[in-house]
Amino acid sequence: MLTDMLLLLPTTLIDGLVLGLIYASIALGYTMVYGVLGLINFAHSEVFMVGAIVAIEVLIYGLAGTGLHPLIQLVVAIAVGGLAAGFLAVAIERVAYRPLRVRNAPRLVPLITTIGVSLFLQDSVRFVESLFGQFIRPFPSFPFFNRQIVLSETVFISNRTLAIIVLAVTLLAGLYYMVHRTRLGKAMRAVALDQKTSQLMGINVNKVIATTFFIGGVAGGVAGVLYALQFGRMDPFSGFIPGIKAFTAAVLGGIGSVEGAVLGGVLLGILEVVLGTYIPMWTNNAIGTEYKDIIAFSILILILIFRPNGLVGRAYAEKV
Amino acid sequence: MRYSKGLVAFASLLMLAAAFPVAAQEKGTFKIVTQTPLSGDQSLAGEAIKLGVQLSIEDFGGPFDAAGYKVVLQAEDDQASPTTGVANANRIINDPEVIGVVGHYNSGVSIPASEVYAKVGLTMISPSSTSPTLTERESTRLIANRVSGRDDVQGPAAANFAINTIQVKRAYIINDKTAYGSGLADAFEKALTKLGGQVVLSTGVDQKETDFSTILNRARLDKPDLIFYGGTYPQGGLIIKQIREKGLSAKFLGGDGLDSSDLQKIAGADNMTDIFFTTTSVPFGQLPTGNEFGAKYKAKFGRAPEGFSAYGYDAAHAILAALEAELKAGVIAPSREAIAAQVRKVDFDGLTGHIAFNGKGDIKEAKYVVVAVAPDPANNKVVSIELVAAPLD
Repeated sequence: MLTDMLLLLPTTLIDGLVLGLIYASIALGYTMVYGVLGLINFAHSEVFMVGAIVAIEVLIYGLAGTGLHPLIQLVVAIAVGGLAAGFLAVAIERVAYRPLRVRNAPRLVPLITTIGVSLFLQDSVRFVESLFGQFIRPFPSFPFFNRQIVLSETVFISNRTLAIIVLAVTLLAGLYYMVHRTRLGKAMRAVALDQKTSQLMGINVNKVIATTFFIGGVAGGVAGVLYALQFGRMDPFSGFIPGIKAFTAAVLGGIGSVEGAVLGGVLLGILEVVLGTYIPMWTNNAIGTEYKDIIAFSILILILIFRPNGLVGRAYAEKV
Repeated sequence: MRYSKGLVAFASLLMLAAAFPVAAQEKGTFKIVTQTPLSGDQSLAGEAIKLGVQLSIEDFGGPFDAAGYKVVLQAEDDQASPTTGVANANRIINDPEVIGVVGHYNSGVSIPASEVYAKVGLTMISPSSTSPTLTERESTRLIANRVSGRDDVQGPAAANFAINTIQVKRAYIINDKTAYGSGLADAFEKALTKLGGQVVLSTGVDQKETDFSTILNRARLDKPDLIFYGGTYPQGGLIIKQIREKGLSAKFLGGDGLDSSDLQKIAGADNMTDIFFTTTSVPFGQLPTGNEFGAKYKAKFGRAPEGFSAYGYDAAHAILAALEAELKAGVIAPSREAIAAQVRKVDFDGLTGHIAFNGKGDIKEAKYVVVAVAPDPANNKVVSIELVAAPLD
């Protein structure tokens, strides 16, 4: 059994890493918005879902039969899906959150609005898809992505896995650079620290907030496409669970911090897959793989008991 | 449910007012309710059942019209959810015109909803619920019926096929932890072990799970030659896709929950080698009068029927046959209990086979076919027919 476990370890870690990077990309949207506004944007899981569904429709109705290389098709789909998700996030902010912010509504109110927007988007997408008699949107299958680079009998990496890892790492690195090394990033961090003072320093706060939503939305949409590519399908209601897990990852890492979201996401993904594989083996299947979420989340509660501000969070956090 | 007396009086006044002018012209309306998922990820099957029932009412409703009655379809959406199904059921039983229910699609919904119908003796015929529990409870003994087979029979039929036809030695068994999925997987596991097959791993997954790497990575080491799945096509399709993407060549076998033309779309048409499912629903093209049915259905609704359309058709036919028998016996306003009793006496050759129920409400002869899935659903091929009788009462 020990040898079995060792043989499985590389594949398990790779699968966990892929899942973790996807969680991390979604978590960015939660963490950036929280950093700037102190708002938990529960509609983000629907932004993620819309990004994925738009990309799938682009692949099915726009690019099928064009004979383009699958990687090019994927990049085009990611671009369209990501932009659609970004603009959707901005629209949500403009319509549902900004009016409340301007009127200084109590903090609980926008939180409830995010849940309302989330339900509204789920059923709107369901309605639109049902007009075409569709519900489950399968990600088109490309033999190219299934091709595997076999390193040994149990260790192998598919083109899909490689593509997801490369794209997600690029996205995360790009965002890290943007937040920490650009003027826009500096403005975002300033708004996070103190909106009024930032305004006095000549920062257009509303514009910075809208940009934050846009960037978070794009990251969420791209994550959605990667998620659909990895797991094969998307439907109007399948944003919820990955959304909740990514939110958890953001809290685990320390909400408000980009590094924290990445760390939390990767940790949660790896915990989920590794424990889901090994615990059934250790317990001779008495505790089956269906309990992987329970196990992963129990560990998470433990971590948060000892580090209530998350792994990299500080009590007085430099937000974003 | 309790209402205040005033409310009841008011409601009955309203009903009287509504019913009176109509009653003067015709003898009455009979409603057949379909309770199937019309939204959500199983809506394709639910819609197919509903349309089958609609066609059945059009085909066999004629004599009632001639006699001055009216038979109409009332389609309800149970969203594949026990909560919604039961809430609908509670509403339906208060409508005195409802004489029978065709539904539900899912066993997990049929079972709790049948308890509600039993309160008023309303007959229910499920076109597709295969969990044994549905017809094994005393509380619903008089009203719960099905035209489909049972999992404890479907499981053994699948095991027969696995051992005898595709020579399986070592199997992985996955179920989706629903009444249907785990019942089917248990029955399969027992039968397979009895026939000498080895079960290497038997595990559940959450119904909403989309990542099966925790199971499939182990399969790469264990090398099972069959992966059996108890569950429905939205998840089954994903499992197939991920099995093939992981480079596993194991054969895949499932139950009738996989019987949908969406399976290929979700799993990917190029992943369809060595994929089988057992089903009670013989592909309509292979039924004696199936092509005729398919053509009529297509002309009317603009799309081809699904496997379960024919079962919805027969279920509604059975209710209409029971109603007809009751009217022929001279009853002018048949009671629900009487119709439920007549359902147990129907005996006719339906679209899907011989329709007659035993004392439990199971169909007497259930036909199980094993279908090999092709990249195009229209080319799905029956590879074996296992005829199994329902367990005796």
